[in-house]
Amino acid sequence: MFLAQSSPYLKPGLSVSKMMLVVTLLMIPGILTATYIFGYGVLVNIFLAIIFALSFEAIILYLRKRPVKVYLNDKSALLTAVIIGVALPPLAPWWLTFIGVFFAIVIAKQLYGGLGYNTFNPAMVAYAILLVSFPAEMTTYWQTSTMLANQFDGQTLSFIETINFQIFGQLPVGMTIDALTSATPLDIVRTSVLNGSATIDEIHAQGKTFGMLGGLGSEWVNLAFLAGGLFMMRKGLISWHIPISLLATLGFLSLLFGSFELDSNPSPLFHLFSGATMLGAFFIATDPVTASTTPKGRIIYGMGIGALIYIIRTWGGYPDAIAFAVLLMNMCAPLLDYYTQPRVYGHKADERDDEDYS
Amino acid sequence: MPETEAISITETNDTTEDTPSFIDEYAPIAKEGVWTNNAVFAQMLGLCPLLAVSNSVVNALGLGIATTLVLILSNMSVSLIRNIVRPEIRLPVFVVIIASAVTAIELIIHAWFHELYLVLGIFIPLIVTNCAIIARAEAFASKNTLGKSFFDGLMMGFGFTLVLLALGIIREVIGMGTLLSNAHIMFGDGMQWLTIEVFPNYDGFLLALLPPGAFIGLAFLLAGRNYFDRCLKDMAKKKSQDLTTEKSTA
Repeated sequence: MFLAQSSPYLKPGLSVSKMMLVVTLLMIPGILTATYIFGYGVLVNIFLAIIFALSFEAIILYLRKRPVKVYLNDKSALLTAVIIGVALPPLAPWWLTFIGVFFAIVIAKQLYGGLGYNTFNPAMVAYAILLVSFPAEMTTYWQTSTMLANQFDGQTLSFIETINFQIFGQLPVGMTIDALTSATPLDIVRTSVLNGSATIDEIHAQGKTFGMLGGLGSEWVNLAFLAGGLFMMRKGLISWHIPISLLATLGFLSLLFGSFELDSNPSPLFHLFSGATMLGAFFIATDPVTASTTPKGRIIYGMGIGALIYIIRTWGGYPDAIAFAVLLMNMCAPLLDYYTQPRVYGHKADERDDEDYS
Repeated sequence: MPETEAISITETNDTTEDTPSFIDEYAPIAKEGVWTNNAVFAQMLGLCPLLAVSNSVVNALGLGIATTLVLILSNMSVSLIRNIVRPEIRLPVFVVIIASAVTAIELIIHAWFHELYLVLGIFIPLIVTNCAIIARAEAFASKNTLGKSFFDGLMMGFGFTLVLLALGIIREVIGMGTLLSNAHIMFGDGMQWLTIEVFPNYDGFLLALLPPGAFIGLAFLLAGRNYFDRCLKDMAKKKSQDLTTEKSTA
């Protein structure tokens, strides 16, 4: 009845397996919102990604002669799969998910030594590889259900039709491939506003790009992920350093540059609530393996990602930049950790490192 | 090894010592060049052109043959002058020889394979900076006879070309779904039939054609080579163990 315990009476932290599961569960509000806005394709993507990820993980663990069940149970592959599933275009063909998950699990994670040894965020490696290899597929299948319904008298894709399209490539009766594809708000801003061919007001007048906060449609998904992320922060699953510094830097930079030319720069709110900003800030950049681990390092890491997101979105060749920004800062994480190691209580800071702390 | 080639090489061989049999002397050079001391697999040299140009079989073959020719020319020249040049200034001399050889090869490609020249572009002059070439000049040709140096250049070049080809095949099949596309720029207009469509209606996988694809492909090739070598070693170990157990039981 009574556990004979001696001090210290510390509450054990969450195990890796439990933490991964909780983080995955906290993505559910965002996933449901995305499903409402973009259609059943999101769920199909996630389902396919989970199946592929667990299979690849099991196969490669078997090849590496590791205990399959133990490592499958840490649920890190599950989280990676869910992130890939949400990040992919909602009507992505199945092979896109397959290739992405292969690169994430086999190359970016297991070939580097498995969970805890990977330098790069596996889901973002997958996303970057897909974006570089299949730019057309990765940027066009982003039709929102409401826009589809506007075009076809309230008709949207049913669950079966979605599966038919994604897995067997069959178009629903009476629909063309063009109807199912549309550019994302970020894409529209990138290709027309930032290139100077249209002003923000002109795009606003068309009513297809901007919602109340950010990009039409994606603002709600971002809000849902923000809610899940804030809950994670409150529960102490992630520290505040990375998401807050990331969002603050992104907001500050867009405010700074946006205030010079209002006509050609989208507002800070648009940057914060479009694309994958919230998903990236709370669920991707905070990956404990690939992010910086010291408090100071985490702030610099978050600021780096925020700045890179703004730079790539504004002057880069791709409309959204979470993947590239996270991967670039992943590379810096070991260095950040090295230079920002906190002083151990009771010890003097190493004299040689003194100048580096400043 | 064909008998005729054997004789021609032994004739140019100027050593008067009482040499072991021809195969004993030249087989190790071949084995070193193609496998155990392969320029890419073992020495990790010449990776820049390897990674940049191996995006199709024809490009890979073009650069492989050009590099082999340069290796042979530079090895032979260095071997010829090895007793005249003072050791203090040998490296600049090697560089001049290699640069001249590369320039000659570049002019030849420019004249007879103009389209290939346009595709390979800067990577033909960059053969000068391929460390594999000066490494062979320094490590082998400056210490060995003309015949041996020629053969070493041939085999090192052959090994380099093999890796280039392997990487070229992998990247072209995955990246474009074809083999030997643009065959005409190397073999002439009559040879367009050489192009093979491995996967018809293939959309292409751009990553394989981009530099990261080269790194990933090379990593897999290296891993495969190490695995193969380990298997060979294990087999040899088993054999020797079997022999010793047989001896002990006997």
